[in-house]
Amino acid sequence: MTAILFFEQMLNGLGYGLMLFLLAAGLTLVFGIMDMMNLAHGSLFMAGAYLAAQVQGRSGSFVLAVAAAVVGVALLALLLEALLVRRLYGRDHLAQVLATFGVILVADDAVKLVWGAAPMMASPPAALSGPVELLPGLLYPSYRLVILVAGVLVALGLYLLVNHTRVGMLVRAGASNRPMAEFMGVRVDRVFSGLFVLGAALAALAGALLGPLTAVQIGMGEEILIPSLVVLVIGGIGSVRGAFVAAMLVGMVDTIGRAFVPMALRSFLSPTVVSDLAPLVAGLATYALMAGVLAFKPAGLFPARG
Amino acid sequence: MTSVTGHTSARLRWAPWAVFALLAAFPLVAPLLGLDFYVGFVRRGMVFAMAAASLNFILGFGGLAALGHAGFLGVGAYALVALADAGVRSAWLLWPAAMLAAAIASAIIGLVVLRTRGVYFIMSTLAFAQMLYSVAVSLRAYGGDDGYNLFERPAFGLGLDSAHEPTFYWVVLGLLALVMALFDRAGRSRFGHALAGIRDNETRMRALGYPVQRLLLVAFVVAGAVAGLAGALLVSHNAFISPATMHWTQSATLLVMVVLGGIGLRWGGPLGAAVWIALEEVLKHFTEYWHLPLGLLLIAIVFVAPRGLAGLLATPRGTGAT
Repeated sequence: MTAILFFEQMLNGLGYGLMLFLLAAGLTLVFGIMDMMNLAHGSLFMAGAYLAAQVQGRSGSFVLAVAAAVVGVALLALLLEALLVRRLYGRDHLAQVLATFGVILVADDAVKLVWGAAPMMASPPAALSGPVELLPGLLYPSYRLVILVAGVLVALGLYLLVNHTRVGMLVRAGASNRPMAEFMGVRVDRVFSGLFVLGAALAALAGALLGPLTAVQIGMGEEILIPSLVVLVIGGIGSVRGAFVAAMLVGMVDTIGRAFVPMALRSFLSPTVVSDLAPLVAGLATYALMAGVLAFKPAGLFPARG
Repeated sequence: MTSVTGHTSARLRWAPWAVFALLAAFPLVAPLLGLDFYVGFVRRGMVFAMAAASLNFILGFGGLAALGHAGFLGVGAYALVALADAGVRSAWLLWPAAMLAAAIASAIIGLVVLRTRGVYFIMSTLAFAQMLYSVAVSLRAYGGDDGYNLFERPAFGLGLDSAHEPTFYWVVLGLLALVMALFDRAGRSRFGHALAGIRDNETRMRALGYPVQRLLLVAFVVAGAVAGLAGALLVSHNAFISPATMHWTQSATLLVMVVLGGIGLRWGGPLGAAVWIALEEVLKHFTEYWHLPLGLLLIAIVFVAPRGLAGLLATPRGTGAT
């Protein structure tokens, strides 16, 4: 295995991890502060991907498409929060799971009504379709590079927001001890409404950016939700830092499971056995990581409480 | 949370058994009414009733909101497929083997997920079920993503012809009755009361010296094994299994059935399964967009009838569900 290939795969893993972070960041804040389980987070991701694909198809502008997806989904989230999510805060987790699963069912059919059942085509903008030479001999798709940069920038921005602004302080206060923050006069519910919308916007951004790399189709939200939740469980609910570390871990482990383990297996097993075994290993890798973390730290690596 | 037994008023106590009698008579009456098609439909409903009942056992008694139950359904189904593929024919070997496989899977997963509570429990059961799903997808010997066709329904022996649709129907009905009786007995036993105690106040049960983890694990494994049986029956019924059966949205649907019927209420699981499957069938008949009304219904249930349909029935007149 060459160093070039290794580097390229690690970059892919990093990109995947960053996108998972965009999703998990919103989820973890919503969980952390309002103790609210939102399964429909993946639907917001899907809505972002569809909106971006639609706008890009019409206007041809990728930047406009991403902006429209983020703003559109933020508005959608505002509506969802006011109509439904707000009424679920005081309820138990099971009620939240069921109601937001109901939202998934509605969202999937709504998308089918608007865009039809067939997957939508989304392609990276023409200017970013070629590869860039990062190092001598290392050609990397420029679109994936843009995703990496965007992911890093958003993560950085979120870090600054949470750790170095007044709003961030309120968020952290709400996450670590909500009743106490309320006693101190923090309008936690208002902070939360803003957070829910922010989380939705991040999910939409991830959807808009990942759309051209994956298929834009119904059910994409349900698929991405699971690794996002795995990130949440590993990182510890309510911790943005935990979500970031866990997202990187999951991105790396997933890449190692998908790319490197088959290579390693091939060195001592027959190709047919490897081709049977490889998808199994790839599928199991991140869950094994989660099981390992749960076995030693049931509350995740960086629990916000306690 | 309300107590688990003794909620159905005396008026309704006989009703489920009357339904069983009606169900038993259905394959005999159906041809006369031109409803032959629905014999298979009702049989499928009974399989899901069994799966929902097993989930209701851990959710209602243990308070464990497991969001990965379809995973164990799938383990049972794939265990049956693997053995059938290897040449085993007898249902009386295949079904218990499916239960055993699902019990082993739920024991291993239970050891990890039962270290967590609350929302972590919901998420980790969800994730591990999705892990089982991805294992099923990677099983290329059994069709991978495309699924596996079971060409021959498991044989019953004892002079019973498993290819005869009503016979298979009655066998499923008998097993469902057996499972319901088992859960009923378990609920009234010391074990059931200890579980309910853990659900209501885990700290107190620990302080009283109950082996909380072990009790929860036993309940989790029993529920997993019964889900495995339901999975084995499902693949016998459909003559087909694909990973889609164990996708996490299926686990969520099972949870929906239990809540729709009534958590912890004795007939909640079967009732919810019956209503949900019937609704699906009716809506599919009218529109391609049948998820949408079901989703809205689900949201409405959460706000209007959180105790489910059985809860509405069991509530004395004049006092609404809380």
